[in-house]
Amino acid sequence: MPFVTSENQKSDYDVIVVGSGAAGGQSAYTLCMDGAKVLMLEAGRNYSPETETPMFRTPDLAPLAGVGTPDKPFGFFDATVDGGWNVPGEPYVRASEEDAGRFEWWRARMLGGRTNHWGRISLRNGPYDFKPHSRDGLGIDWPISYEDVAPYYDKVELLIGVYGSNEGLENTPNSSPGCLLPPPKRLVSDYLVQQRAKRLGIPVIPGHRAVLTQPLDFKHSPARLHPGNPKAQSILAEDMRKRSTCLWATPCGTGCSVRANYQSTTVHLPPALKSGNLDITTDAMVYEVTLARDGRASGVSFIDRTTGKQHHAAARVVILAASACESVRILLNTKNAQFPNGLANSSGKVGRYLMDTVGSSVSGQIPLLESLPPLNEDAADGHQLYVPWWLYQDQHAGKLKFARGYHIEFGGGKRMPGHSTASGLESLTGGSYGAKFKQDVRRYYGSFVGFDGRGEMIPNDHSYCEIDPQLKDKWGIPVLRFHWQWSEHELGQAAHMQKTFGDIIEAMGGKTRRPVQTDGAKAIAAGGSIIHEVGGTIMGSDAKTSVTNQWCQTWDVNNLFVTDGAVFASNADKNPTLTIMALAWRAADHILERMRRKEL
Amino acid sequence: MDRRTTIKWVLAASAAWPLLDNLDARADSAPAAHGYGTDPNLVADYKPGEIWPLTLTTAQRRLAGILADIIIPADEHSPSATAVGVVEFIDEWVSAPYPAQQRDRTRVLEGFAWLDAEAARRFSKGFADLSAPEQRGICDDICDTARATPARDSAARFFTLYRNLTSGAFYSTPAGRKDLKFIGNVRLPRFDGPPPELLKALGLE
Repeated sequence: MPFVTSENQKSDYDVIVVGSGAAGGQSAYTLCMDGAKVLMLEAGRNYSPETETPMFRTPDLAPLAGVGTPDKPFGFFDATVDGGWNVPGEPYVRASEEDAGRFEWWRARMLGGRTNHWGRISLRNGPYDFKPHSRDGLGIDWPISYEDVAPYYDKVELLIGVYGSNEGLENTPNSSPGCLLPPPKRLVSDYLVQQRAKRLGIPVIPGHRAVLTQPLDFKHSPARLHPGNPKAQSILAEDMRKRSTCLWATPCGTGCSVRANYQSTTVHLPPALKSGNLDITTDAMVYEVTLARDGRASGVSFIDRTTGKQHHAAARVVILAASACESVRILLNTKNAQFPNGLANSSGKVGRYLMDTVGSSVSGQIPLLESLPPLNEDAADGHQLYVPWWLYQDQHAGKLKFARGYHIEFGGGKRMPGHSTASGLESLTGGSYGAKFKQDVRRYYGSFVGFDGRGEMIPNDHSYCEIDPQLKDKWGIPVLRFHWQWSEHELGQAAHMQKTFGDIIEAMGGKTRRPVQTDGAKAIAAGGSIIHEVGGTIMGSDAKTSVTNQWCQTWDVNNLFVTDGAVFASNADKNPTLTIMALAWRAADHILERMRRKEL
Repeated sequence: MDRRTTIKWVLAASAAWPLLDNLDARADSAPAAHGYGTDPNLVADYKPGEIWPLTLTTAQRRLAGILADIIIPADEHSPSATAVGVVEFIDEWVSAPYPAQQRDRTRVLEGFAWLDAEAARRFSKGFADLSAPEQRGICDDICDTARATPARDSAARFFTLYRNLTSGAFYSTPAGRKDLKFIGNVRLPRFDGPPPELLKALGLE
């Protein structure tokens, strides 16, 4: 029985995995496919992408034409269930009320978590990204290098399906042969960005996203992923064959009922369940790790959200994969005489070095793209191309006023008309209305291109979370309080993004829709709003300055692991999800090996 | 392009981050009491009035329709705003329990009142009872915030909002998509990209 209630869980699980998103899904997949008995606990409700995904829905079918509301911040059709920067009954606290200290915490309370709606952008960290301190004296080195993680990037790409290309650019790694699916064709606006950015010396190359542009290699990949394990190979081959390729329509953020992109619920969990080794309990809100007399983790306590009752689940190993901040919260809420400051916190570093991604945006109107003939530009839902950070050498030579880089995501095209299609045109139309307005909308539809920078934030002592001494959520669980501060590096980067985007738009013959912002503090998006929060239980090579070792194993508790973004020691500009999965797979392999040796 | 970017384009620039605007330091604002909640059925069809009651009066709906059709009249390519249900949409919008829509409700109703007051001042009639040229005469004064006199600034901002709401509703409908010759949102066996002759004509490869 794969989905179990709090009442009928077994008593002999090898591993408890808290969370079902990228980290939890990957941890459970790897463990189950190799025979470990796993109990997954998910705080949100069960979720069925096959029946719940609003495929091909149009805005006229949704309330308010589908625009975002406090109930559904990313729009009505966004896959997120019971989530957002505010979750009813589950508050958090901001230490500062000033904008500069603002941090927003996105959560999703559903099976598969945020993987159901994420952008599917799947970039590898490069060699520099694991050794940032060694390179420029700032931030913190990881205890591992790119070479340690590269085989796991290969594995994850083969498993979930990632399109892209190998360009051999600096700190922008190639994948091993056969790992990447072919990138999708470009849009008209993509060609134009590529042509004009090139004139500025800015490289534009195929993006990497977890979308199936062709079927997965079900004949060869299962053997590469699970050598010597015919059962796992058979399950995976069968599952890969069931996944559809991209339909070239209907946005990924709604989820995908035909499993053409990666979400934990459509890629990790089905084969893990098929193995017979995975039990899942949903609506299970874990609030603490329980300890045996010898100081080892014995399991976790959770609240059944459907009844409000407390329960306990036991296993040989506990993995926290609840998302960076939620995993921190569970550790800090696990207090006793032995661990008065929270579990696995002898270093005092639990909750420390919280990072998000530097974000800033500019959009432009491009006359060359006006009044184009009808085109179907749904493609793979964007990110056919992107700009990797290209100024490593200038930066290393001290020519930039900030450390660390950013990549550029951009997009245009004749996307599905909706509530904003004809908004904000006054500066172009002189405020037309009537027949002239209808002509103007036709002319300008599809002539806009938006640019978003996604940059590296350097961990600092002023960005962290802790338990608020007073406030509790509706379950009675103490909540997090966030402290946040950008450094001059992030602010300088945001200002640089603005200038760059303005330059590209100008090179395209266009105009920015709003003036380019020269003040980085005004250009930068609030902390947490990019939803790439990582850190909080960083990995390291010294138990005094880090929370886990290179295997995501806490220094203080031998059988307790954290496999989500909390272990990141830096937050490169590359979107974190692919790295979360690679590290989770690596940690799970280590756990399996240690269990085989009876060390866990 | 990531999800968040897409959303920013989907939302009107003026209301791109309604949630962020409304967060307070203790971020525990409960969802609207009568909204659709955080877990609505995403594969059902919704019509205005189904989730929260519509609240505009008959007179307000009449004015709403007249103004919507001034902004989007029928032409040889597509029907008028009212023909595709824009009045119902506007009523749904200004009746919605969410903070951004509640703010818009105030602005829309104040705008309606201004139109009637201006019509009374100039022509001693309600706006709805004016002739089309008279109505356009008033709209010409407020259709562009950059050109409106300071005294008409609020009215011009209202007109911008109302044009956004009207066009947002109209272009979300099948008729609006057809008007823009949108041909996406259909399953394709493969995606071929733009035709080479178009790229050549644009000087792109």
